[in-house]
Amino acid sequence: MSAAHAFLQRLGERVDDEPTWVAARRQAGAARFEALGFPTKRDEAWKYTDVRRIAEGEFTLADDAELDEARFAALGMPLDAHRLVFVDGVFSAALSDLTDLPDGVSIEPLTTAMRTNHEAIGGAIGRLAGVDFSPFTALNVALSEEGAVVRIGQGAVVEKPIYVVFASRANESARMSHPRVLVMAGARSQSTVVEHYAGEVGAANFTNVVSEVMLERGAIVDHYKLQEASSEDLHVASIHVEQGRDSRFTSFNLNLGGALVRTDLVTDLNAQGAETHYNGLFFVQGRQHVDNHTLVNHNAPNTFSNENYKGILNDRARGVFNGKVVVKRDSQQIEAYQNNANLLLSDRAEIDTKPELEIYADDVKCSHGATTGQLDEEAVFSLRTRGIDEQMARGLLTLAFAGEVMDQVRLPVIAERVERAVAGKLPERFNLADLVEVSDALEEA
Amino acid sequence: MLEVKDLHVTVEGSEILKGLNLTVNPGEVHALMGPNGAGKSTLSAVIAGKDGYEVTSGEVLFEGKNLLEMEIEERALAGILLGFQYPVEIPGVKNIYLLKAALNAQRVARGEEEIPAPEFMKLVREQLSFMKMDGSFLQRAVNEGFSGGEKKRNEILQMLVLQPKLAMLDEIDSGLDIDAMKVVAEGINSLRNADRAILMVTHYERLLEHIVPDRVHVLVDGRIVKSGDKNLANELEARGYEWVLEESAA
Repeated sequence: MSAAHAFLQRLGERVDDEPTWVAARRQAGAARFEALGFPTKRDEAWKYTDVRRIAEGEFTLADDAELDEARFAALGMPLDAHRLVFVDGVFSAALSDLTDLPDGVSIEPLTTAMRTNHEAIGGAIGRLAGVDFSPFTALNVALSEEGAVVRIGQGAVVEKPIYVVFASRANESARMSHPRVLVMAGARSQSTVVEHYAGEVGAANFTNVVSEVMLERGAIVDHYKLQEASSEDLHVASIHVEQGRDSRFTSFNLNLGGALVRTDLVTDLNAQGAETHYNGLFFVQGRQHVDNHTLVNHNAPNTFSNENYKGILNDRARGVFNGKVVVKRDSQQIEAYQNNANLLLSDRAEIDTKPELEIYADDVKCSHGATTGQLDEEAVFSLRTRGIDEQMARGLLTLAFAGEVMDQVRLPVIAERVERAVAGKLPERFNLADLVEVSDALEEA
Repeated sequence: MLEVKDLHVTVEGSEILKGLNLTVNPGEVHALMGPNGAGKSTLSAVIAGKDGYEVTSGEVLFEGKNLLEMEIEERALAGILLGFQYPVEIPGVKNIYLLKAALNAQRVARGEEEIPAPEFMKLVREQLSFMKMDGSFLQRAVNEGFSGGEKKRNEILQMLVLQPKLAMLDEIDSGLDIDAMKVVAEGINSLRNADRAILMVTHYERLLEHIVPDRVHVLVDGRIVKSGDKNLANELEARGYEWVLEESAA
């Protein structure tokens, strides 16, 4: 009996009153998952990431979303936002806040969206991420029940971020969830979507999420994935993006937590003028393992991509970066830049990095590079001679390393959270937002 | 303020300082001169607490306290500031951030409140214009892409903001053209007062035309072999170090 089969068997028979087409989709997912099996280190895409902890785990699906305000407050961010909250994959109406949605914007749990509008949603979901992408997307299709559906109408500008929280509780026994996120950004719309994965201390659950983001002509989407799972949580995610003409997608893939984390990020630039920006930061310690696989497909001429991933690794943590850019035939006049830099804070930390370019066109501007280094001890000394204690000196220099990525973050709450995780509590914001204001005021005076 | 007593220091197995004695009192400006390899920079590195310098015997007291047992940052908080010969570039850390973090570390160590932002900006801007540096310096990463002269000015700017009790300047004049030298010297002179001591390590007498020392010491082969007033520097300039060596050997 294969590990994949055994994994599904352990879950037992599920009694659902779902429509037959949904049940059929599940069955297809399950069949595909069993056929593919869990990836092993023999699979090139999983060479450095061992998923046995998932394959051998015993997980059940949660059936409640109980989480009181205090526990939620300890996990969530104080963002002034449209908020959807899921607890171990189950939607919590009590913790969500969907009041005052702007015209032309709909934000719903997947089950509601399917019930009220199953033709539009059922057709879109899975279009970018079907069962063939990886065993985990197949598993997601087999088991997914809930998720977030965001639809932004043509020309709508959503001022507040759309904040989707996936909370992982410290349960008595391990849970798993297979959420979906679907973002449909209409032509010339503008929005910010935050996926936040937060785990309670002691949580040891498995999250397997699939996100799809579709940008129509001229749409602008800032997409944040902030992953702060617990040090025992297992987390697998894939994010699939499709971009129409003149659209702009900016991804922030910020990984701070989790025991075993794998994220795949794939963008198809399908029409002229589409541009995508990948900003990544991972900060791992202890025995954490974080694997980022990114792919940009330049399927059309005059498309642009820029990728900058920074890894900070301490203790015996392990990181993987695999970034691939593919320029299709006849995709002329494209620009594609890719950079991965890693900082090792310990001798026993390890990073495997592989930037890849596949170019089948001749009029392109591409560059890629990867570097790995350590903190500059001379700089540590120099800061300490100014009275800054060693811990803070190291924190500042570590944060400085992440600076290029952090400078792009447009939500201060998220920037502060990352700063604190990386550098500990600093006397003030690293970008000195308050000082800039004072300075400007003095300038005018 | 600073007492160095019979200090012996070894670097990578070889003895660099061989029984150095030096006393610096508040209000005094001392110049430590000497040929290359005499151990001038070693002394300031040991006082600042740099790794790789092994003190085999002797002691260093700062205001009566054993300096060698203090952490690097504790020495800074006690009031010692080293101006580097080759200031380190710190990409990603803005000058303004360093200045504020360092100043606040001092204030917190003294049990004071952190400096309010407007007061801080006013202070920094004043010192900036005194050092003939423009405001853009503050937003630039510490020393990154700075010319040699800019780096040295930046060291003095830090001194002006942090107001140490003992300012040590390691070859602050190296690589400066005459205009930059004047600005740097003016900055250092403005630091002079009855409570503060300044210890300058230098190769050349030229700096001492701009900053007139109270005491001049000649360091040769790990020991101070001759001390005198400012005239000693002139004599060294005119006659070199040979005569001092001969005199001390005799």
